[in-house]
Amino acid sequence: MFFRMIRGMLTRQTGKMAMIAFTIALGASLATAMLSVMFDVSDKVNQELKTYGANITVVPKEASVLSNLYEVEGGGDVSNVYLKEDELGKIKTIFWAFNIVDFAPMIDVQASVNGTPVTAVGSWFNHHLDLPTGEQLDAGITSLRSWWELVDGRWLDESQTGDDQRVMLGHTLAEKLGARVGDTVELSADSGASADAGSGANADAGSGANAAAGSNPSSGSFEVVGIFDAGGDEDKQIFAPLDLVQSLSGTDGKLSSIEVSAITTPDNEISRQAAKDPSKLTIAQYETWYCTAYVSSICYQIQEVITDSVASPVRQVAESEGAILDKTQLLMVLITILALLGSALGISNLVTASVMERGQEIGLFKAIGATDRAISGLVLTEIIVVAIVGGLVGFAAGIGFAQIIGQSVFNSSIALKPMVVPLVVVLVIVVTLLGSISAIRTALRLDPVEVLHDR
Amino acid sequence: MKNVSKIYGELRALDNVNLTIEQGEWVAIMGPSGSGKSTAMNIIGCMDKPTSGEVLLDGQDIAKLGRRELTEIRRDKIGLIFQQFHLISYLTAVENVMVAQYYHSLPDEAEALEALERVGLADRAKHLPSQLSGGEQQRVCVARALINHPEIILADEPTGNLDEQNERIVLDLFRQLHSEGTTLVVVTHDAEVGASAERIITLEYGRVTSDNADTKFGKGNG
Repeated sequence: MFFRMIRGMLTRQTGKMAMIAFTIALGASLATAMLSVMFDVSDKVNQELKTYGANITVVPKEASVLSNLYEVEGGGDVSNVYLKEDELGKIKTIFWAFNIVDFAPMIDVQASVNGTPVTAVGSWFNHHLDLPTGEQLDAGITSLRSWWELVDGRWLDESQTGDDQRVMLGHTLAEKLGARVGDTVELSADSGASADAGSGANADAGSGANAAAGSNPSSGSFEVVGIFDAGGDEDKQIFAPLDLVQSLSGTDGKLSSIEVSAITTPDNEISRQAAKDPSKLTIAQYETWYCTAYVSSICYQIQEVITDSVASPVRQVAESEGAILDKTQLLMVLITILALLGSALGISNLVTASVMERGQEIGLFKAIGATDRAISGLVLTEIIVVAIVGGLVGFAAGIGFAQIIGQSVFNSSIALKPMVVPLVVVLVIVVTLLGSISAIRTALRLDPVEVLHDR
Repeated sequence: MKNVSKIYGELRALDNVNLTIEQGEWVAIMGPSGSGKSTAMNIIGCMDKPTSGEVLLDGQDIAKLGRRELTEIRRDKIGLIFQQFHLISYLTAVENVMVAQYYHSLPDEAEALEALERVGLADRAKHLPSQLSGGEQQRVCVARALINHPEIILADEPTGNLDEQNERIVLDLFRQLHSEGTTLVVVTHDAEVGASAERIITLEYGRVTSDNADTKFGKGNG
């Protein structure tokens, strides 16, 4: 009988019920979209922010001391001080390993190309890593410096056969040399010399010997596969695979620096204090700091695994990443709350209007013995049925909205996190119940005498 | 009712009314518009409470009861018949009867069909109110009122919207219920309906102006 009454009520006010379902669907769709984007936004924003480069730089301790003394960035001015390449994988074993989304080792050496003194940089471009944790990662400057534009050719790619003996030129250097993609350039380096350490003199320049695997030569001829525009000093440099530059300069297994891109939490008092000296924290503060993805805590953990290193944040980027993430998520939460409040108000008005329209019917139920609980149950069940329909439609639409947002804002799809489903269900229930309060109060206040006698 | 008054602002809808209705009586409450008939019916029907005075139903003063208790009394002891029928438009005749069962105990379609048969509408059980004539709708209303075997049936202008033939059918049903010992309180303008009752109480300006408690002409009168 109860369900016959519900069915009858729903079918009699199809238009109004459709409006209520639409209002719920609207709220549910916005909540689904915003929550989906919110839970996925850290990855997306991070991908966006990666275009601003690494947010942590790791350099040898000695180089860091000198660079701090002379306020020089990077610490690359010190020769014969290197990080160990075989420790690179350890970066992905720290407590916040999952927050490290990309990294690239660097070796800078003073070299000459076709007799012109340049800085040769060896690095990873699209280096595939199988980590001890079972995780796989494609790291390198192709993704880490995604704002670099290819003027001609293509990126170096470690997975392509022969790319270990090819190079890329900054466009300023390419113009100076008159080199094009497909040309062969002669690269020679000071054995064991780091960039800027020497005066630019190069004993082996122009020797013309081809690089041969395993022979550790200091010069060779290499094909240019790409010319890039970095918008900085890199435009005057030559970039080559890490192994190639190490081999030419006799720095096998050595690195000048490591650039790391990590997702971080905005700094607070504890993290700022810890950045100066973690030993001054209390045990509780230390635990909190160590287990929070502050940039200083991630730096500290990198230093723990890379021997004689100093990891320091590139402040501006690190802070803006955390701040932008927080603000974006706050915006999403606010939009969700406002959308749901709007829905609750809409539901409240529509359901109250529906109850008032059926005043005589509800008055009759009361007159023949319906209790307050029975009336509330009737109104609530009806709204819940409508809410289920509206909620399902809204959820499906919300997934669609999330994809539209993902494609238009981040140029990629938004992954639906499982947590969104129960959250939306709970929110729809809460909003529906909130929206029903006024209608139920109206229904309970209806006086059967008045409605049955048309007063 | 003992010294019952119902006051709406300046208006005394009932003014110190004293009235006793015995179990099994068929009482007609008559009077012009605004005389307080409907107010009296609402109070007897536990849908309203007096401003002052006592209303004893089976010895229980309903003036002192809360909403919940009044609902329980309406559900268990009172059957209501309205001039406007107040049938649920999207439920069939039998479902309209079952609604009263639903709020009383458990819906029983066979029993609801029996009630419709009793009012001569077994063949119209599956019809919606819009497919029934005024008389048929009122008979569904009667079936709904008697489905839970109430001690009192309260009817507000039960024949007000009916033609002569249907009025007669409804009055015959009342006679039948009366003969079975059901207490009937009928509020009416209609002299013929009033005359069918065994007792006529006349109200004017909220006061009882006549009460022919000894008149028995209604009984058995066609």
